[in-house]
Parts: sequence; structure tokens; C-alpha cells
Amino acid sequence: MSGLDLGAPASRATGVSRFSRALPLPAGAGMARWVIARNAMAFRHGWVALVTGFAEPVFYLFSLGIGIGALVHSVRTDGGSEVPYAVFVAPALLASSAMNGAVMDSTFNVFFKLRYAKLYDSMLATPLGPRDIAVGEIGWALLRGALYSAAFLAVAALAGMVTSWWALLALPAAVLIGLAFAAIGMWATTFMTSWQHFDYITLAIQPMFLFSATFFPLSTYPEGIRWLVQATPLYHGVALERGLMLGEVGWALAGHTAYLVVLGVIGALGAARRIERLLLT
Amino acid sequence: MSSSTVQSTATTTAPGGGGRAGRGGHGTREPLSWLERIRAVVGYFLTVYRRTWRGSIIGRFASPLFFLLAMGLGLGSLVDAKAGGVGGLSYLHFVVPAIVATQSMWVAMGESTYQVMGYFKWNKMYAAMLATPLRVADILTGHLLTVVFHLATATTIFVAVAAEFGGFAGWGALWCIPIGVLTGLAFAVPVFAYTASQQTEDGYNILFRMVVSPLMLFSGTFFPIAQLPVWLQPIAWATPLWHGVELARGAATGVVSSPVAAWVHVAALLAFVGIGWVLALRLFTRRLVA
Amino acid sequence: MLVSARGLTKTFGDFVAVDGIDVEVRRGEAFGFLGPNGAGKSSTMRMIGCVSPATGGELRIFGQDPAVDGPAIRARLGSCPQADMLDEELTVQENLWIYGRYFGLTKAQTRKRATELLDFAQLTDRRGDKVEPLSGGMKRRLTIARSLINNPELLLLDEPTTGLDPQARHILWDRLFRLKRQGVTLIITTHYMDEAEQLCDRLVVMDHGRIVAEGSPRDLITRYSTREVVELRFDSDDHADHIDAVTGVAAASRVELLPDRLLVYTDDGDATSADLHARGVIPLSTLVRRSTLEDVFLHLTGRTLVD
Repeated sequence: MSGLDLGAPASRATGVSRFSRALPLPAGAGMARWVIARNAMAFRHGWVALVTGFAEPVFYLFSLGIGIGALVHSVRTDGGSEVPYAVFVAPALLASSAMNGAVMDSTFNVFFKLRYAKLYDSMLATPLGPRDIAVGEIGWALLRGALYSAAFLAVAALAGMVTSWWALLALPAAVLIGLAFAAIGMWATTFMTSWQHFDYITLAIQPMFLFSATFFPLSTYPEGIRWLVQATPLYHGVALERGLMLGEVGWALAGHTAYLVVLGVIGALGAARRIERLLLT
Repeated sequence: MSSSTVQSTATTTAPGGGGRAGRGGHGTREPLSWLERIRAVVGYFLTVYRRTWRGSIIGRFASPLFFLLAMGLGLGSLVDAKAGGVGGLSYLHFVVPAIVATQSMWVAMGESTYQVMGYFKWNKMYAAMLATPLRVADILTGHLLTVVFHLATATTIFVAVAAEFGGFAGWGALWCIPIGVLTGLAFAVPVFAYTASQQTEDGYNILFRMVVSPLMLFSGTFFPIAQLPVWLQPIAWATPLWHGVELARGAATGVVSSPVAAWVHVAALLAFVGIGWVLALRLFTRRLVA
Repeated sequence: MLVSARGLTKTFGDFVAVDGIDVEVRRGEAFGFLGPNGAGKSSTMRMIGCVSPATGGELRIFGQDPAVDGPAIRARLGSCPQADMLDEELTVQENLWIYGRYFGLTKAQTRKRATELLDFAQLTDRRGDKVEPLSGGMKRRLTIARSLINNPELLLLDEPTTGLDPQARHILWDRLFRLKRQGVTLIITTHYMDEAEQLCDRLVVMDHGRIVAEGSPRDLITRYSTREVVELRFDSDDHADHIDAVTGVAAASRVELLPDRLLVYTDDGDATSADLHARGVIPLSTLVRRSTLEDVFLHLTGRTLVD
């Protein structure tokens, strides 16, 4: 009972903190992997959530692909080719599910841990710093997103909805989309003080999901508002995935990629700055 | 509200004062009537809503409007151009009544999952109500009536907005309001029962992702279920949403296969409400009293 | 010297939570911050725990500056916050396992240590359970076990027994005694004087962000109170009416008025009660007891601790 061995002090975290100091970017985030490890451990208890999270985009794919596909048959993409509706909509679902997953992880889940579970407070009592937490949470969102995206791509490929080898790049592209949205989402979360604020997130996400040339091509929109559609981040995600999965590869894809990279960098910088101020008072 | 009810009927007497003091003094007190009890419960929930209604505006107003614009107008232009609409209807007229029913499902789910769990578990408001002369049936009835209020306002607003966008062919669309309320209740009442049976909120994830979302996608909302593989169609028949969608679409467009079919839909929805009520009352009682 | 603070200050906007305190904690002692809610104890603890930067003054822990070496200091600390803040998504033992990794311990080290700590916290048979259904006392013991995962040299305990039932408090005190015997330095905040008397070798009394007294529990009682106290309850709505009758009674040095009783500070309680009886002062009840830290606090601040 009293056999608590307080012999030699256990090895300290100095090795790890030296490692984290040596890393230039993001500075002081060398322990982030343990935040990821914690989430993975928690997730083992919720494997049902893993499976159901994967199911949702697949439901959309088969519902709209088959149901609307039977009505519409084929669609002319903005790239100019005529493809079956399911083939048209699959890349958009991949992009929007990458967005949804990243936003859920970086907003609702982070908010819960921040304000209710006080998880970060107990992490900060250890050698972990705020940047470990920010990088770890975003890293986790990406890891999980990559898993979903890979599964979705496999299903789409098996169902014959993937037509080009470029589609292999659709997976890293989905991770990029996740990164951009997770970073921005986490930044936004640092400003939130109540659950009511999540209505604003819904207000931003839902129209993007519906109006980013997701379910119908850009040419369907009235000319006057096309620029608005093209300004949204999900549009670039959808266009990127569609280009890759349909093999319509051109310089435009580099532009979409650059947009998402910039968004991700802005979000990550903003989140890291805010989270320090928020957690260490 | 409950306190104001008590105050208005209380004849003021000093504490420990005489016996025939209505409900304010010591001694036997006049029992509350059924109406007073229900009013007290509904009054509580509406008071809460007065503090939180702003947040619900997005879900109840903006979200169905986005679906109307995206699916009805955007996707609709594609469907109309390629297939000339659905079964003789423009896609907009086809999809808008279905969005009414689907929105009712979402509102009902929103009101009967985390909210109800919160009253059981987090602020324990049901238990607080039961510490007064209120009974389990009063609480359940009052809370469900509040849900009816939410369904009615959400549906009415959306029907009005959709009409502005030319979403309806005629005045039959007004039927969408009561149909929406009924469809919503066919979800809310059974889900109240489900919530009472759950200790944690973990199950909601599955409920939303594996039941509610697929229902929206496979219940004839965006395309006739005849497009689905044959083996999937009987599943749609067993869900309240399909009955709600069919009923709303028939009422709004006037295209009804047979009056018998319409009554079957109504009966199916009523069955969900009725069976749900029996289960909910039993499970609420078990959770709150036992 | 494990902790030394000079003029340590913490402000939140205009509010001064900690108002220039000087504190020194030596290796191996159990040091207490005693004070009512809002006295600035938790803010001080958060600064010592390196999760809240000081607004002013100087703070050194293990001779290091939290502003520069926060992670290195935290690696040697154990911190047991007021709210348990356990990870409810994980099981009991997983809470310990993952926490060990945050300190950079290897998996093998963490597992071994977790097994020992589960035994120490009497949670071995609950190790595979989720955290949520545990009792308050179990959760608190798990939090303490978790804060020990890195074999800390200094353990911070913020209100360790608040909200626990008497039995759970005694189990917890027993565990803390064992740690103390094993050489762990403890810093404890509490608003329970019995806890402070039980656990602390030395303590400071805080009020409104300042330190109003410092010493061992016995010291403080000798310095700021009398040996005994006579508590008198009268059958009246206002005990102030009886002050005159009690003033100047034998052996007494001071009378304090509380809403429900009078406290007569005296070096000889029996002599005082006998003299009261002789004067014809007949209270409903008379209780003679030894002075406690509560009386010290009342004397220093004019207020009771738990209100």
C-alpha cells in the first residue's frame, strides 16, 4: 500500500524540450504528438464515431449520385468535360467532408476541451505548452481527416467514380483542405465564449457546403454572383479535388492550392497567438 | 411563469397564518387544474426560449432557405434542363414541400436530443419541476407542446419565405404547416423516449449520422424513392420522414395518387406519435420517479 | 529553498488578486496558504505552477524563473488543481498513462509508475473504468495520483479536500502524510483550519491578496489568540445585547460578536464560565474549547473563514 517508490527521479523532459527548441517551426511544439496520442487513446473508446463519421459522405455520394444522377444523367464540368453526375459530385463531397471534419474537430471539440473538460489546463500543468496543444489538435484533425478521405476515395474508386490516376493526389489535397479549415476554425474557436457562437460557424459552413459548385457547376450560378462563389475557400477545395479526380489538371490547380496554403498559414499564426493569451493568464 | 401562476392565485397571508389561505398559507391547498399545470410547464420553456431564440433563427430560417436556394433553384435548373423536372413538376415545386418536412425533422431532433438530456442530467430541471405539484405527464405534455410551438413557427416562417421564392404552386401549400408539425412530432415524441432511456449523449452521434442524415437523403426529399434500388424502398416506407414528405408534396402540388394513400400517411405519422407517447411516458416515469 | 517570492503580484485588469506577497518554501516541508475564498490563494498557486505569469515581483522555483523556464520547472512539479479536470473520455489508468507521456517519460516508466500510483490511490480495482462514475473522493485521489506521475519534488494542492465527505477527507490526509514522510514538499491551499492544522508545518494567512500572518499553526495560535475560547449562545435575536454583561469577565482578554454567538477569549475557560455564572449571565449553552486557526483568522481579519 505504501509502496510508492520515490527513488531516483524519473527521466525529465529535457531531451524532448531540447528537441522542440531545435525545431524552427512551429516553435515549441515538439510535444504535440502526445496531444495526438491522447486523442487517439480517447478515440479507441469511440470507434463507432469513427465509422459513422466516414459513413456520412458515402451516404451523400450514393443518394445524390444515384438519385439525382438518374434525373440529370450527365453534367458539363467547368473544365469542359461531360461526366456522369456521380463522378461530378464525388470530388465535391470529398472536399466538403474534409472541411466538415476539420471544422468539427477544431471548433466544437476544441471548445469543449477548452471550456468544459478543462483538458488543456491539465496539459499546461505539464511541460506541454500552448503551441504543443494547437499543433497537436490540428495534427489530429488532419490525421483523422486523412483516414476518412482515404476511405472515401477507396469507395468512390470501387464504385467507378474515379477516372484518373491524378486522383492519388486527391488524398494530400484533402489533407490540405483540412489544414486550412482546421487552422481557421481553431482561430475562430479562441474567440468563442458560448455555445451560441457555434451558430455562426454553421452559418458559414452550411452555405459553403451548398454553394461552392458542390452539387452543380459554377456555370449554373447567375453570372453576377459567380465571383462570390469563387471567393470562398471551399470552392477552391472542390475545384482542386475535381481537377485531380477527373484528371483536368492545369495551372488553375496551383492557384487553388496556393489559396488554401495561405488560408492555413494565416489561421495557424492567428490561432497560436490567441491560444497563448487565452490559456496562460 | 409557474411562479406568477402561483402568485396570482395566492391570497396573501402571513407565514404560518390561517388555514383557508388558498395556496399561500399553511394547511390543505387547492390542487392545480390540468390547465394550470400545463401552462406552468410551457411557461417555463418559453421563458427559457425568450433568452435563447436568437441562436435558433439560423437553424430555423437560414438553413432551410439555403437548401431551397441550392437544391430548388441551383440543382433544380440542372434537373429541369436535363430531365424537364420530376413527374411533370418543376424541380423547385417538387423539392420545396419536402424541405418543409425535412426541416421539421431537424427542428424536432434539435429539441428532443441534447435539450432533453440537459433537463434530465445537467440542470435537472425536470426533477426540480417534479418537486412541485407537477406530474410526469404534465412535464412531458408541456414540453412537447413547446416543441409544437417551435415546429409551428419554424414551418410557418419557411412556408412564407418559400412562397416568396415561388416554391409553391397554390394555396394547398398551407397544408404544409400542420403536416410539418405532425412530421416533427413523429420524430420528437419517440426521440424524447429514446433520450429518457440514455444515460449519456454518446448515442446522438450515431442517431444523427446513421438515422437523421440518411433519412434526409433517402426519403424521397431530393428525388423520388423509385430511383432507389428496390430493396431500399421498403425502408423508406418505414420512416416517418417519407410519409411526411409524401403528404406535404401531395398537399402542396395537388398531385395525390389516392386519398387513401394520404390517410395512410397521416395514420403512419400518428402511429409514431402515439407509440412514442406511450414509451416516452413510461421511460420518463422510470427515469424521474423510480 | 524550493520556492521564493518577493513582492509577488497578480492583477486582472483593475482587480488585484495577489498584492505583493513574500513567501519562502523549504525543501521537505508542508506549507499552507490559509484564507477565505477570494483571498488570492489560487492565483498564487497558479503562478507557482507556472501556468499564470506574474504581473510583478520576483518568483523563483527550484531557483529558476517561470517566465523563462516554465516547461523545465513544470517537469519537476506535480499540480493538483481545485477542480479535478480529469479526462472523462479516458479510463482511470489511461489518464495516468497519457499524463506520463506529457512529461516525456517512456511508456515502460509510465506504466510501472501508474501501477504503483493506482495502488497508492486505492484505485487498482477501478483502473479499467471510465472516470465519470467515480465518487468525488476517488476522482480527487486519481487527480493526486496523476499529479505524482512524474515523481515530482514539489506537489501543489489547491483546496485538496473541498467538497469531500469527512471519511474521504481522512483517507486523503493519510495519503498526503505518506507523501510528506517520503520527502515530497507540499504546498497546500485551504480554507479549512482543521486541514491546515493537520497538514501544514508552516503556513501563511492570506486576506485580500496580502499575507497577514506567518508561522506554524501552534505559533500563530499562541501569538494571535488565547489558550481557550468560551462560546456563548443566548436566547435572543441579537447577541450584541449581551456584550456588556460579558465584558471584563475573569481571565478573558477579548470578546468577539458573531451573528449566532459570542466568543470570549480567555486563558482559563473554566474560570471564565464560573465568573459568568457568578455574575448571573445565563446563556442557552456554554462551550469551552481550545483556540484554533479559525480564531486566529477572526482576530486578524475580523471575519470568519467559511462564510
